[in-house]
Order: sequence, then C-alpha cells, then structure tokens
Amino acid sequence: MIKSLKARQHDLSSTDQQLAFLNNGMFADGTLPRFQDKLKSSGYEQLTPAEIEIFQVNVGYMCNMTCKHCHVDAGPDRKEIMTRETIDQCVDIIRKHHIKTLDLTGGAPEMNPDFRYFVTEARKAGAEEIIVRSNLTIILANPKYHDLPDFFKENNVRVVSSLPFYNADKTDRQRGQGVFVKSIEALQMLNAVGYGKEGSDLNLDLVYNPSGAFLPDDQVALERDFKKELKEHYDIDFNSLFTITNIPISRFLEYLINSENYEDYMETLVMSYNPMAVPGLMCRNTISVDYDGYLYDCDFNQMLGLKVAAPKSQHIKDYDADVLSKRQIVINQHCYGCTAGAGSSCQGTTT
Amino acid sequence: MQKTYYDPADLKKFGQISEFEPKLAEKFFDWYGDTFEEGALTAKEKALIALAVSHAVACPYCIDAYTSNSLKKGATEAQMMEAVHVAAAIQGGATLVHGVQMMNKVKKLSM
Repeated sequence: MIKSLKARQHDLSSTDQQLAFLNNGMFADGTLPRFQDKLKSSGYEQLTPAEIEIFQVNVGYMCNMTCKHCHVDAGPDRKEIMTRETIDQCVDIIRKHHIKTLDLTGGAPEMNPDFRYFVTEARKAGAEEIIVRSNLTIILANPKYHDLPDFFKENNVRVVSSLPFYNADKTDRQRGQGVFVKSIEALQMLNAVGYGKEGSDLNLDLVYNPSGAFLPDDQVALERDFKKELKEHYDIDFNSLFTITNIPISRFLEYLINSENYEDYMETLVMSYNPMAVPGLMCRNTISVDYDGYLYDCDFNQMLGLKVAAPKSQHIKDYDADVLSKRQIVINQHCYGCTAGAGSSCQGTTT
Repeated sequence: MQKTYYDPADLKKFGQISEFEPKLAEKFFDWYGDTFEEGALTAKEKALIALAVSHAVACPYCIDAYTSNSLKKGATEAQMMEAVHVAAAIQGGATLVHGVQMMNKVKKLSM
C-alpha cells in the first residue's frame, strides 16, 4: 500500500508548497487567468456565502485505504483525529443554530472511536439529515465494523459511498488492489438491510470520481450505466450517482504532476469554467470543520490550510453565524475544479 | 512554419477554421454538435463509433479527442479496444473482399 504524502515527507504535504505550485507556472505567466479574475469577468466581484445548511465535519484523516487521488492525503499512517470534546462543541452548534445537515467525512469517519456517539448526539440535537461519506471497505475491515449497516439503519444515516467505476480494473487502480470486490460486498450488505431499495427511506448514493486526468461527464448518463451494470452483475441497487471532479490538490496533484498531465488538466478546467455553476457551489451553504475544530469554506480549503476569512470565528468554540455570514469565501486556483462543466460538489453537479 | 505536419496544440485551434470561411464553419460545428447529442444512440455509443472511425481515417487529432471523450463518457478500455478492432476488421475485410474481384479476373483470364 502506498504511504501518505505526509509519511513520505513529500514537498506537496506542505500546504504552502501546494499553494505555491498552484499559483506559479501558467497562472503566474498569464497563460491561464486566475480564478479570481475569471469570477470577476463573469460578473462575480467576490464569492459570498448563502445560509449555512450543511456542517461538513472531518473527524480525522485516518483511513484503512490510501487512494491515489485522495485530496485529504488520508491513510493508515495519519493520526489526526477529532476528540469527544470537539465533537461536543460541534453538537452544541448544531443544536443552537438548527443546522439541518451533518455531513461526516474523513479519512474513514467510522474509524473515529466516537463516530457512533457523534451520530446519535447530533440526531438528538436536531440534525434532520446525517450523511456519512463511507469508503465501503471499512465495513469489512474489522469485525467491529461489520454491524455498521445496522447502525446506519437504526439512525437513518444517509450513506454516500465512493465507487469510481462498476468494474474492478478501474476501481482498483484508483483505490487499491481488491477494493472493488470488497466494495461490492459492502454494498450488498447495505442493500440487505434496506439501503437503496425501492420504497425504502434508507438512502444509498454513490460517488463517481474519474480514475484519471479527465473530467466527469453527464451525471444522468453515468448513473444510468452504473445502475444497469451493478444490477445486472451484482444485483445492487442505489439511489443516486454523484459525479465529482477531482480537485488538483494533495495526492491528485501529485498524480497530475508525475503523469505529466498537470498543465493539460488545469487548462481543461479553465476552459470548462461555467459561470452557471457558481451559485450552487457548496462553499456557499457549507461550513467545513477540521479534526481540531477549525472552520473552512470547504474540505479542499481545509486541506490547503485556508481557514475561513472571519478572524473572530475561525474555530468551533468561537462559532458566530453572523460573522460567518458576512465573510468572503477564500478562493484559489483549485476552485476551478468545482466550476468546471456542470459544476461539482459533494452532492454532485451544481447546475 | 512548423517542422512537423501534426502538432497536438492544433487540436485546440479546430474552431479557428471559421477564420477563412465563417458561414460554412458555423453550419459544420452546429451539425457536429447536434450529431453527438444523446439520441437513439447514447453519447457514449457515439463516442465509441467516433473513436473507431478516427482510427480508420488515421486522424491523430480525432484519436486524441475521442480517447479522452470515450473515457469521460465512462467507456472501459476493453470497449475502446473492441471499437478499434471493429474499424480494423472492416478495413481488413474491405481489402480482402476485393480478393473476389481478383479471383474473378484470374478465372476469366486463365485456362
């Protein structure tokens, strides 16, 4: 299994190095317009938030997998993990501010020892929807996780799972040897308790990330193919497929550079800029929280160390909805990833 | 003037053919765009046909464009290679079927 950039002490494990890289080259010499200028030329002076509806909490960077494209640089060697104290602070905010959706991500969020505590407490605090971004294989990784489908069902957790393709070849090349077979087994376990089944209110969505240096295509057409293939070959049902563009940071950036695709990929992102995708950007209705309680506009900014531009409300303990609503969203060249084509967010396309 | 006939950067300049003849270019690109819209055939099926034809007409620009496009549409490597074999089989077959013509002529001329 490959190691995280951090464990390899790779240059790109430094957020400063990543930002320097993203701002040099074609963006420095004017070959490509900077995201800020592109926004302006399409009528947006700045990017401002709408009402905060989603709390996306990253409960730790530890993961049982080391996917090649991971924007978190997650892996078994990452030890950053959210404590119960920080979880309690998040639950408090959900209660006080009537946050509708709690979106749990990682790493493998289920590996946080207080993951189940967080889910049940958030439900008590009034969160209407609780999402877990599951890598699927975690369910089979250790006997202590085998009952996760039942736990998800009892708490009506919406399961959003990564599956880059409906065959082993492409899936395993991105996510690791043997991952596809385990993912199929986990999906069948989720189906068995009612997830993704017609007439069931247990939601199971899949996430498609291109397994290479290209953009996702029409979400509807890909969903149709996934549904047909997974049903025919593995009798698997699911609700929706979300197509998500790979953002050029962290290990995906490493892949782009090593495969000599970086310049073409950035050019494709810029050429595919779609101003219609801007109003639905997830940074406008989401707050991202890191394992330490700091606040960001999105999970990608979190990985680049770009905290919210609201100095008085940069940590969950200082959470101030009013201050946050008046902030400007922090942008950089990686933002082109979310405005390309039909737009990209953790809920799929934005147009 | 460049020193090679083909430059990958030229693919991105395809739209510039309108510079010398805008009216026909506009008609071509409109028709081209509509042709690849999802219809009785899916967009993925059309991308695979385009990939096969690209090989048959030996167009490096087209192979570049429709390899990327087929991947984007969710085609597998096996589907893409099968499409190329279809093009090759038709090309091979088209050569070989003329063997009948050759045989006819041979039989006519020979005792």
